[in-house]
Amino acid sequence: MIRVALLLGVLILGTTGGEIAITLGMKATGEPARLRPRELLAFLWRALRNGWFWAGVPLMALSFYALLVLLSWQPVSFVIPASALSYVVGTLGAKYILREDVGPARWIGVVLVCAGVALVAAG
Amino acid sequence: MGHELRIRIKTLVMILAMVVCANTGDLLLKRGMTQIGAVEISVAGLRHALFATVTSGTIWIGIVFLIGFMTSYMTVLSWADYSYVMPVGAFGYATLTLFAVTFLHEAVSPRRWVGVILICVGVLLVSQTRPRTTEVAVREVAA
Repeated sequence: MIRVALLLGVLILGTTGGEIAITLGMKATGEPARLRPRELLAFLWRALRNGWFWAGVPLMALSFYALLVLLSWQPVSFVIPASALSYVVGTLGAKYILREDVGPARWIGVVLVCAGVALVAAG
Repeated sequence: MGHELRIRIKTLVMILAMVVCANTGDLLLKRGMTQIGAVEISVAGLRHALFATVTSGTIWIGIVFLIGFMTSYMTVLSWADYSYVMPVGAFGYATLTLFAVTFLHEAVSPRRWVGVILICVGVLLVSQTRPRTTEVAVREVAA
């Protein structure tokens, strides 16, 4: 039970940490002035040279590996709904690490989405 | 058009592109792997599966869509809040259920329908909030 909880922690923190690192990388890259092919390619090239982006990739690989191991221990109907907790953990990360302004409406929406994804994944 | 409205529309269009690319990519990979058949875990079986995968047009089109997903995801995060993009992007689960019912004629349990409704209400609530609450730099391409 403890090893399942630990690996679930690795899965959720890996996903959230990876996505927050990629967000930091994209914010540092800056918004493309126009969404035209040439500008998008230049923008993606700048993003791929950002350290935060490459910090995010191994974290996401780690969470993917944790997901595979968890799926070998527990049924899908437990693993995927439990991983929906990453919506709440991700929002906490957005508030305290990315300093985003998360108001009550956004919080209620996130909790509803989290419960909804868990129910859909449970089948 | 107001600045706020422009950002909101741009963000929602990009999240829509993300969801369409991710769903289409996943469905194409699923179709491609079904065409290949169950992979046998042996040296010969894996070699056959690898060859069948890299020569499958369906899988390659699926990969192009998944690259499209990653590109739109990275692009939208360059200006919009992570705490906005992440929950709003979850409406992909709701559209996937509707796809499964409409095109694949799958049976969907009442519990799953309740989940779809909760996702839709949650997405509507989050999408009413401001997509960007932090300062973002705009970069022009060097001439």
